[in-house]
Amino acid sequence: MRQIFQYLKPHWFAAMLAPILMAIEVAMDLLQPMLMASIIDKGILSGDQAHIVTTGLTMIGAAMIGLIGGVGCTIFASIASMRFGADLRNDVFSKVQTYSFRNMDKLETGSIITRLTNDIMQLQNVVQMLLRVLVRSPLLMIGSLVMAIYISIRLSIIVAIAVPLLFIVMYAIIKATLPLFSAVQHKLDRINIVLQESLSGIRAAKAFVRHEYEGQRFNKANDSFTEHSVKAQTIIALNAPLLSMILNVSIVAVLLLGGKDVIGNNFDIGLLVAYINYVTQLLFAISAVANHLVRLSAAKVSVDRVTELLSTSSEINDNGEQTQKIDGKLQFQQVSFRYDDNQPAYQLQDISFTVEAGQKLAIIGATGSGKSTLISLIPRLYEKSGGEIYIDQHPVASYSIAALRSQIGFVLQESILFTGTIAQNIALAKPDADREEIIAAAQAAEAHEFIQRLPQGYDTELGQRGINLSGGQKQRIAIARALLIKPKILMLDDSTSAIDMRTESRIQQHIAQLMADSTVIIVAQKISSILDADQILLLDQGKIIAQGTHEELLKSSKDYLEIYRSQLGNEEVSYA
Amino acid sequence: MRKSTASSMPEFSMRGGHTPSGQPKAKPLNTQQTLIRLWQYLSMYKRSFIAVICFTTIATLLNLAAPYLLGKAIDTSIMQKDWDGLIIYAVLLLIIYLSSAWFTWLHQKKMVYVAQHAVRQMRIHIVEAMQRLPIPFFDRKTHGELMSRTTNDIENVSASLHQSTTGIITSVISLFGSVIIMLYMNVWLTLLCMVTIPLVMLFTKYVASFTRKHFSDQQKSLGELNSYIEETISGQKAIQVTQREQHSIKQFRAMNTKLAHASVRAQIFSGLVGPVMNVLNHSSFTIIAAVGGWMAFNSWTSVGVIVAFMNYSKQFQRPINDLANQFNMIQSGIAGAERVFEIIDTKNEYEDDTNRGSVAPFKIKGDVKFDKVCFGYQDDRLILKDVELHAEAGQTIALVGPTGAGKTTIINVISRFYEIQSGTIYIDNIPINQIDKDSLRSQLGIVLQEAHLFSDTIYENIRYGRLDATKEEIIEAAKIANAHRFIMELPQGYNTVLSTEGSNLSQGQRQLLTIARALLASPAILILDEATSSIDTRTEMHIQQAMKVLLQGRTSFVIAHRLSTIREADQILFIDQGQVIERGTHDELLALKGRYFELYNSQFRRVAVQ
Repeated sequence: MRQIFQYLKPHWFAAMLAPILMAIEVAMDLLQPMLMASIIDKGILSGDQAHIVTTGLTMIGAAMIGLIGGVGCTIFASIASMRFGADLRNDVFSKVQTYSFRNMDKLETGSIITRLTNDIMQLQNVVQMLLRVLVRSPLLMIGSLVMAIYISIRLSIIVAIAVPLLFIVMYAIIKATLPLFSAVQHKLDRINIVLQESLSGIRAAKAFVRHEYEGQRFNKANDSFTEHSVKAQTIIALNAPLLSMILNVSIVAVLLLGGKDVIGNNFDIGLLVAYINYVTQLLFAISAVANHLVRLSAAKVSVDRVTELLSTSSEINDNGEQTQKIDGKLQFQQVSFRYDDNQPAYQLQDISFTVEAGQKLAIIGATGSGKSTLISLIPRLYEKSGGEIYIDQHPVASYSIAALRSQIGFVLQESILFTGTIAQNIALAKPDADREEIIAAAQAAEAHEFIQRLPQGYDTELGQRGINLSGGQKQRIAIARALLIKPKILMLDDSTSAIDMRTESRIQQHIAQLMADSTVIIVAQKISSILDADQILLLDQGKIIAQGTHEELLKSSKDYLEIYRSQLGNEEVSYA
Repeated sequence: MRKSTASSMPEFSMRGGHTPSGQPKAKPLNTQQTLIRLWQYLSMYKRSFIAVICFTTIATLLNLAAPYLLGKAIDTSIMQKDWDGLIIYAVLLLIIYLSSAWFTWLHQKKMVYVAQHAVRQMRIHIVEAMQRLPIPFFDRKTHGELMSRTTNDIENVSASLHQSTTGIITSVISLFGSVIIMLYMNVWLTLLCMVTIPLVMLFTKYVASFTRKHFSDQQKSLGELNSYIEETISGQKAIQVTQREQHSIKQFRAMNTKLAHASVRAQIFSGLVGPVMNVLNHSSFTIIAAVGGWMAFNSWTSVGVIVAFMNYSKQFQRPINDLANQFNMIQSGIAGAERVFEIIDTKNEYEDDTNRGSVAPFKIKGDVKFDKVCFGYQDDRLILKDVELHAEAGQTIALVGPTGAGKTTIINVISRFYEIQSGTIYIDNIPINQIDKDSLRSQLGIVLQEAHLFSDTIYENIRYGRLDATKEEIIEAAKIANAHRFIMELPQGYNTVLSTEGSNLSQGQRQLLTIARALLASPAILILDEATSSIDTRTEMHIQQAMKVLLQGRTSFVIAHRLSTIREADQILFIDQGQVIERGTHDELLALKGRYFELYNSQFRRVAVQ
């Protein structure tokens, strides 16, 4: 909580001024019923016209001063809260940029996005509310109470009964509804999930003629949501009538008791009217405070979620000082890795191999055998749990992260493109690249041809505002992106799965020519992509089960032979 | 005194909720028609809805009567020192207040019921409609857009039904009721009350024009920033690999600053309304007090009347503000309803099917024939050009060719996801468009590139293929698809609940489950579109062995990049630019030394060297 509200500090002036100005508005509001009582008692009843006019003018004057306070409060509260939100958002976003892959896996992308958008917005609004309304209502509450007691202690007995009653009722309702609302939220999530699933699976639903089944799935979520929200809202609907009932009964009591005093000449009629006004104001202020407290407690959830982002730190330290150019020799020495240090299971175990600079290393293995994780350890996207990884005899951690990653070209399994032109997307890692370089990289990745056929060529916009590319086209752009920086180590993580075989083999030829003295690491499914590798690692459940060249493995590894046969052999079967 | 509800408390949130009168809202296009259709939903709960209207009216009238009685009590009892009279008034007031609270609760409770059930019906209708829309529709609309219609738009309808229906009744009755009672009490003071109204209206309109502009600026900046966040965070891995962190922070800061500026302006303008209204209220109050005081002094009116008037002046201005807000809300509700109805009214894929039912559903044997089939996703760009093919029942047809050649499109037209432009597709010698779509599809087993799983048990996900399958049959199918082993390794086995879209499984595991599902369906024609692309080749081989046994006597179409999965097909069609350019068996095509030969060599080139 404190960590978040620290962000108000730089805007302390506006944040202080807003409640002060609000206090002025409240003070003026509190004056009004007294002034009115004075008009009634001293003006109307005693026939003093001049008094009516002067008090009337005083009332308008007070209202104007209140206006200045109110408007001023709005202005400063807006400034403080919006800047608070902006600062917080900046810091959280910057923090997220430093996250490691492990952090991202743990927090989940979708959740990080919601926290950055909705939760921070929620906090920003709560701060604004705090500075405006939450100051106003308690002030009004206290002021009204003081004024009421000042006018008549006797009548205040009624207030002394009504106020606690009001609190009890509100507390009960809030307590009853809070869990209901979180249930409603949960059911709403469920509706969204079912809907999203049935939309993204619309082809499957049609293929299996399952529209009724999908409909039933949705109805289940829909009914459950309706039931819960009717229940929650029915209880909430009790709130307003109950509050106004307590309020109005108190007023009748004041009327009765006060009226008796007026009849007995112990009380002025004007003061009675004023008293009724103050009591009304008091009870309204209380219910307002309660409503704000509900919102505040909802904001607590957001505070926790945002604080978690701020206090999450990457486990990867950037203490390495070496920044020299690397040759590309790579050595793994009994490297192990696990996602969660508290879990016994290792994702990678006892990985050792050496690749000389300029060689080609291939990694194959079943889905989930740890191929992607293994290569992610090299640019320190994940931090190894044990053993050591050397580049040119130096541990990877002895290089600065910038030096390390800028010399490694990594084509991810999933090709990610950003809003912007195709040229910008290729030049992501080297924004100052000129057009020739970009075209050369695209040509090597066999992307030049299709890019040229696009309406605006390399300046074609991608993403929400622009066109969408096919999976194979995206992969080729991602490859061009890595080739552009002419890395000393090039890593391709199964990044040709959507590219047809002919194109793929041409890309491989280009890479072999262009990257002759770079180390190439390729994760693949197809044996045909790795035939000419200097070394092949066969991975199974996080361990290297065979190691060697294609020819060696054919002789030495039964598993490798089986994979080979499944792809190239003659005796295996096909569909049907 | 004045009655208020918790819902009339000020709201300052930037999105959703109670809208300041100046905030822009989507405008409905055809209000009248939409209202009629909305009424159809409400009329399903006609009795409850009529009760809502009655209870609201009663509650409002009671609330109107209370200040009048209060004024009377002061005037006739307290001022006249009539204790017995005061007690009568007090009892009367008590009854009125209590029953007003009772009726308020009743109408709110009923309205919750009506509104929630009406939108529940709407949700059912829109989802039913969506399920029947043709595939091309989903190509044009993003999921986000369709999601927002079923959630945001319906939420708008719900909120406006819930809050505005009773709100408008209350406002209108209070407005007219107050005016009538005020006129009855004192004509001149009534006119005095009206003085500030034009001021209020002028001011609201003036501020509204500013707020609208600033709010739309703010919404625009917010939209830009949010989509930037979305894109950057989901692409975080690529950002790190290319070391773009600093750059994206810089870009983010610029957008964030822009948003902060826009928000401050928007908030200030919309925040002006409250305080200014406050002053206008006070002024009106003061004017009544001053003038009323002078009138009472001259015995033209009484103190009680003045006190009552001051209350009415509030009760009378509030509905004007409220009505403006409610009007906005209703507009946004109607606009939401319109977008929902638009989906419901879109022609579904069965309505256009003119030949529907001309052939009674029959058991498909699996003979598929294409006769000069032409098709394009857009009318002017043909993807398939005069495609001819003939798969005899029980044959395996492999479709090969570069990306974008039209392989998936062939599958799309067999399953009638899209209707062909010309030519004819025959299944068992019957033109495909004469076969009932559902009957056709239920006899095709389609395994798509994208595995569709949903958040339910694995058991349920496989059962999707055939709803009446027993548990044993499901496990059998999973075994054949090689999924059994990994399923048993999961903590709850077949009862493991998948997360959304099965995201807690790997892509390969997801594909295995969808294969199991297709096997369970036991279709006459099996279609595999890159179904095994994410499965390692060894596992794939095991699946193939199993499938060979299972698929005997079934026609199958296979799209794959791996030649190993293709070579044993009865027929291989090499497709390029929407045309079949080579056809034959593996050996025939190799002998042809054409494109297939070239493709084959590109993969086996290095093997040949050995």
